Parts: sequence; structure tokens; C-alpha cells
Amino acid sequence: MTDTTSSEPAPIEIPEGVWSQPEVDMSAIEEIASVESVRSVRAFASLTYDYTPGLATTRFLRAIKEKRLVGERCSETGKVYVPPRGVSPVSGMPTTEQVDLGLDGTVVSFCVVNLDFTGNAQEIPYVSALILVDGSDIPIYGLVREIPYNEVQPGLRLKSVWVEDSEMTTSFENIKWWAPNGEPDVPASELADYV
Amino acid sequence: MGAERVAVVGVGQTKYTAVRGDVSLPGLLREATFRALEDAQMTLADIDAIVIGKAPDFFEGIMVPEYSFVEALGAVGKPIFRVHTAGSVSGSTAIVASGLIESGVHERVLTIGWEMQSCSEAMWALSFNMPFQQQLVAGAGGYFAPYIRQYIARSNAPDDTGVLVALKDRQNALKNPYAHLHEHDISYESVKESLMLWDPIRYSETCPSSDGAIALILTNEAGGDAASAEGRPPAWVHGTSFRSEPAMAAGRDQVSPQAGKDCAADVYRQAGITNPREQIDVVEMYVPFSWYEPMWLENLGFAEEGTGWQLTHDGVTAMDGDLPINCSGGVLSTNPIGASGMIRFGEAALQVRGMAGEHQIDGARTALGHAYGGAAQFYAMWVVGADKP
Repeated sequence: MTDTTSSEPAPIEIPEGVWSQPEVDMSAIEEIASVESVRSVRAFASLTYDYTPGLATTRFLRAIKEKRLVGERCSETGKVYVPPRGVSPVSGMPTTEQVDLGLDGTVVSFCVVNLDFTGNAQEIPYVSALILVDGSDIPIYGLVREIPYNEVQPGLRLKSVWVEDSEMTTSFENIKWWAPNGEPDVPASELADYV
Repeated sequence: MGAERVAVVGVGQTKYTAVRGDVSLPGLLREATFRALEDAQMTLADIDAIVIGKAPDFFEGIMVPEYSFVEALGAVGKPIFRVHTAGSVSGSTAIVASGLIESGVHERVLTIGWEMQSCSEAMWALSFNMPFQQQLVAGAGGYFAPYIRQYIARSNAPDDTGVLVALKDRQNALKNPYAHLHEHDISYESVKESLMLWDPIRYSETCPSSDGAIALILTNEAGGDAASAEGRPPAWVHGTSFRSEPAMAAGRDQVSPQAGKDCAADVYRQAGITNPREQIDVVEMYVPFSWYEPMWLENLGFAEEGTGWQLTHDGVTAMDGDLPINCSGGVLSTNPIGASGMIRFGEAALQVRGMAGEHQIDGARTALGHAYGGAAQFYAMWVVGADKP
């Protein structure tokens, strides 16, 4: 029972034991004593998915197979979304107008990564950037290469670097990475609305 | 608030750790639940309904766990409700539970948040390749780091602001027996020299992956009064709010998202707070990467835009400052994702109940619990107080 006479709350300590699982006496089973306990089992699984992308993403993926980037415009705000979802998250209305975007873009912000999260032996460190594709109004994430990591800055102009034509498919993976296109940097003031 | 006042009369936490190992996941939930029930001097028979929340199922690889956990959760024959709002989820979950009492639907509600990250790899779950989506090639930190860089550029904050936050939170964790990380040897130098994972975020400025669960018992006013009469002070809920905004909206400010500002304004209005810096005694803030302390200080109205880092540097947010933040050690010291929001809410309640132990702020009367999630698009907050609203 709780001491109801004290106005001081009891100090917090972690209670002893694990109440949900009282220790089980298994001394009667002799064989168990010499068995190494198993804490976890790591099981590898492979799953195959059929993916139905919907109309807007289908348009985007069909275009990307032809080395084109296609966004869609919000009819209310005029903003161009890439990759398009078919609906404007601001107005809630369908984005029915397709817009051809450029294949170049601008670094809005970035980070330098010192761990390989991609699982395919990336050169460390590498740069993951928010890239505003020419003609769009929302940045996408992408790898930046072909430039020392410590020279990447917001405003850096980039070109998209694509896989060989024979390898093109309906996938974002068609773009291998982004690299400087040699154009002068975009002033930071022009990028303020995109972070 | 509505017709019925809401009191937090029980808080139960498990020891947070990288690999719990000695209990099953249902066992983990029971451990938190029974500790909360003991704190509330109740049994499962006293509970009218259960509200649960956890991060997306693929973080654990156990799909729709609530179906198979009904018995472990004490939910047989009772209403059960699950909430989904990514990393903010168990903050939102506590708010849903609170709403069930506020509305008069139930009198005593058990609410639980959990994550057993050792069951799976949340980091990889966040960065696996899907050919039809844009690729985030850098894990969770890689998502947020560009926005942190933008915050630094906007505010001209000194480079070591994040180091100071991480050092403070990890040192606070030493006072909290439940915290996952207890780094007795941590120092300014050790944080600063730790590996730069996602420049500008260092390894020691990043939350760990934790196993753990937290449970809260919420009651109506009569339940709060009864606990109080028995010498077990409740935390009274003064305001609750959640807000969200579309993750992928053009022109969205991800450094200080509008939904966070709106959520704070709403919860302050309910709690009668016009000057949060003056009126709030202690804050449990969702800071998974160190730089989010100054960013949220501004987003939550504790500092003018561009000046949040000054509070960190001036020691205002330390345990002996006038606005202590994350006395428990925070998400930087303990991160079972689906529990992290409710841990903030529960720690806020412990502070105003005077039951936070070694990390108690003396005389704390009003506390803010804060959670965010997803691509910084989900917010959940509550203000709790020692006094009735």
C-alpha cells in the first residue's frame, strides 16, 4: 500500500525484476544447462512487388525513360511539382497541366555524408543535396559528384548525369548523380523560398 | 479545454536500451503498463479503453501488432484505438487518449507508445531504394541535415551550438535511470571530435536506436482528485494540440514549419500562456539531432527567429537555467521512435508531479511536452500543470 500520510512523492527507482516474465525454473531439464541461449536469429528475406504508380507518376516515369523530366502545375498557386503526385498538396486540386522541366538544377542545401547509406560502395565522403530542377518549384534529393565535397555550396549549378541509353528504364535510377554544369552560381536570395 | 478535466495519474517506463533481449515485445508493453498501473494504484480491470501508438510497422517488421497484442495490452473486450503520425505518434496518441476523457466518453484510459528497434533497422527502413521514388541516399540524418545547414546560414549560429546541446542532454541523461545512453565520460571535446556523419551533424549529436515502452494512465477530474487526496499528485492537462502540413508542398519552410508554430499557438491559447518563456517552467522537446533545440526554441516561440542558439549558449536550457530543456536526456539519449513522443509528454507530467527524481526541476508547476515526426510535418504538444486548469 502507498503511504498516504506523506506529502512527499516517493523517489523514482527502476523496479526490480521484470514483472511480465518471472524467471522459470528449468533445473529439472538437464540438457538445457549446456545449451547456448539464442538471443536473435537474422533471417534474410526477398520480396517482389507489383507497383501501380497512378496516372501522374506513370506520366513521370514514362518520360524519365525518354530522358525527360516532367512536372505538374498546381492550378491555384502555379507551383510546379516534381515528382508529380497528381494532386496539389496546397490546394487539394488535381494537377492536370504537365510541364517539361530542364535537365539541369541548382543546389538549394546539402549535407556531406561520411557513412555509406546507399549500400553500393559510395566514395566517402559524398554529398547529398536538395536540388531544384530547372522549371520546378520544389527541390528533390540527389547525389552530387565530380566536384570535391568541400566545394559544394548552395547556388551551385548542376547537370544531371544519366545511365547509358541502353539501360534507361522507368526509374529514378536513370539519373546516376548530378555534377557541376559550369554555369555561375545562383545568388542565395533567389533560393530563399525553396528550403 | 472541454467539459471534463484530464489528469495524468500514472507513468510507467521501461529501461531503455539498444537491445532489450530479455523480454518479448508484448512483455515490454506489459512492463511499462504495470509500472503505470502501480503508479496510479490501479489494475487493468479499472481501465475503460486503450490507445496505442508506434512508428510505422516496417520499422519493427511486425505488421499490425495490435491484433496479436490484445491480451498483453489488457484490451480484451475493451475499445482499442491506434494512432499513426510517424515519429510524433505517441504524443498524438496521448492526446487522443486525453480527448476520450475530456469528451466524457471514458473515465480511465491507458495509453502506450513503444518501439523495439532491435527487431529491425529503422535507419535502413528509411533509406531503402524504391526505383519509382526519388532517392534519399543518406538515411534520416541526411534528410534533416540540409535544413539544419540552412538554419545555421540564416541565424549565423556558432558551429558548436549542436555540440553544446548534445553534451547537455547526454549529461542530463546520467540523472535518469531509464535513459538509454549513460555516457559518464562525455565531454565537449568527445562530442566535437566524434565522427561527422552528416555534416553538420556529428555522431554524438544523433539519437540512438532504442528498445522501450512508456505507458500513461489518464483519468477524469474525479480520478485526479482521488489520487491527489491519497498523496499522489496528478499532472493536470491544460491544453493539447496536434497539427500537420503536407510534406511536399512548394514554398514550405522546413527550418521553422508553419504547422509547428500553429500547434504551439493553439496549445498556449488553451493553457492561457501568453509568454511561454516566462510561464513554462520546463520543456521536454523532441530533439533527435542536436541542432533541433535552437530550431524548435524559435518555432515554439521561446526565442525570436534567428536567436534560439543564444539560449543554448547562455545556459538558459540547462538544468540550472531558467528554461530547462530535456532534463530526462531527451531523444538524443533515448529513442524508441514510437515511444519518444509520449516519453516527452510523460516526463513533462513527472516534472509537474514532482516525481522526476534526480532530474527534477524544483518547483516546476507548468511543463510543455513536444513531439514532431515524419518530414517535420507532424506536431503534437501538451501543456501539463501541477494546478487544475
